[in-house]
Amino acid sequence: MTDDEFTAYHALADETEDHRWAFGTGFTDPLEGIDTSVPDGVNAAALSAYCLMLGDDALIYSHRLQQWMTRLPELEEETAVANIALDLLGQARMLLARAGRAEGAVLAEGAALAEGAALAEGAVLAEGAGRDEDQLAFFRPEHEFRNVRLAEHLDADFAQLAGRLLIFSAWRLALFSRLRDSADPVLAAIAAKGAKELAYHRDYAAQWVIRLGDGTELSHGRMQAALRSIWPLVDELFRADAVTGDLPGVAADPAGLRAEFDSVLGTVLAAATLDHPDSAPMAQVAGQSGRDGVHTEALGYVLAELQSVARADPDATW
Amino acid sequence: MVTGMTADVPAARQIAAAVADPELPMLTVADLGILRDVAAEDGHIVVTITPTYSGCPALREIARDLQHRLTQAGFAGATVRTRIAPAWTSDWITPEGRRKLQAAGIAPPRPAGPDPAPRGPVPLNLTMAPRDQVACPQCGSPDTVQTAAFGATACKALMRCRTCHEPFEYVKEF
Repeated sequence: MTDDEFTAYHALADETEDHRWAFGTGFTDPLEGIDTSVPDGVNAAALSAYCLMLGDDALIYSHRLQQWMTRLPELEEETAVANIALDLLGQARMLLARAGRAEGAVLAEGAALAEGAALAEGAVLAEGAGRDEDQLAFFRPEHEFRNVRLAEHLDADFAQLAGRLLIFSAWRLALFSRLRDSADPVLAAIAAKGAKELAYHRDYAAQWVIRLGDGTELSHGRMQAALRSIWPLVDELFRADAVTGDLPGVAADPAGLRAEFDSVLGTVLAAATLDHPDSAPMAQVAGQSGRDGVHTEALGYVLAELQSVARADPDATW
Repeated sequence: MVTGMTADVPAARQIAAAVADPELPMLTVADLGILRDVAAEDGHIVVTITPTYSGCPALREIARDLQHRLTQAGFAGATVRTRIAPAWTSDWITPEGRRKLQAAGIAPPRPAGPDPAPRGPVPLNLTMAPRDQVACPQCGSPDTVQTAAFGATACKALMRCRTCHEPFEYVKEF
């Protein structure tokens, strides 16, 4: 290759250590070059735990969407769902990196980490540095994941995909709209970009819920059944968690998102001629659920797949 | 290109601005509006870019391409930084960039305008269409229909013209 032929395409095939594409390939920090110091007065341990929650939601749900690849009804839905999964993976990378940097700030102070942000046994950190995105994604056990249980659900059919995507994106968009004003400028920037993406995800899902709900007798029945089966996971989205209270001006109160979410769902369900589901919320375990690291059986299967290469050979490069 | 400790910023800017985007290779990074700044720090060139979407897989390659071309042009030690705020908007695509998209058969975005709901709920769009009609880049007809909300990349949707029947891509307002 001569210098004139150098293009970004060649860079993809270039064998250097600093720019490849998945675990073991040396992804660079997505927040490289960005000021990630924790603002004065912000609880760094709580900020780290909060970004981990929001990053885990996106990471786990992105993986579930990726599992749909090659199984969707049309090529157009393949590209749509792949793009949505990619947007969420991008959000996950920035949020996990932000969690790691805030963790580094805590370690630098010699303070204790928030519960749920405990270092994995044997994790080696540079002095004052938190874990990077790969360590957080691939080397935490199930009980250290802080995603809501909705994210790990396995869709049984396309109606569940559409319904779950509507619920997830309507909720997350309401959350990110508020986080655009976060007192942590990094979180505010991630949310401002993510909100624009989530608006497209929500519209896409809403349009499918309407097409199926207001479609044939069969599609209506399947869509109604899908919503009924997912609805038990909705209440958890609006429950108080352990860290939001420690982050005034930085985090958004989950309960405060409910009215906007209900209004969006109400509009879509009415247009789709669907009944509002009334299934009871899924039980918690001793008052704990996803945000506390208490998950459904589904998460174990997601992590087994997501982490298998990294766990089998932590030093692998390719 | 580097005289003493003073880097020639305009020359560096010209080189950086000419680097092509890997996803839309007919556009340069300047046309696309992702090149945010070229400056000198301690005698070295620092280029600042911003991603279009959170998951943009091309950002890393663009950074390498920029670094490579600047180094090749004599700007030793040139570095590339990412900036994530303010978030990229399709309004940053230059008039020249829009003209190039159109010439390549891709409908350019209409103005995204200010954030539709800066601090309130974001309005739903329940129709299977963009906010208003997109003109066909082949024949100019406004009678077009969206066939998919997401194309080969997150920034594009798939459309079809009902006059000339040609399918085409369209860069979404974002």
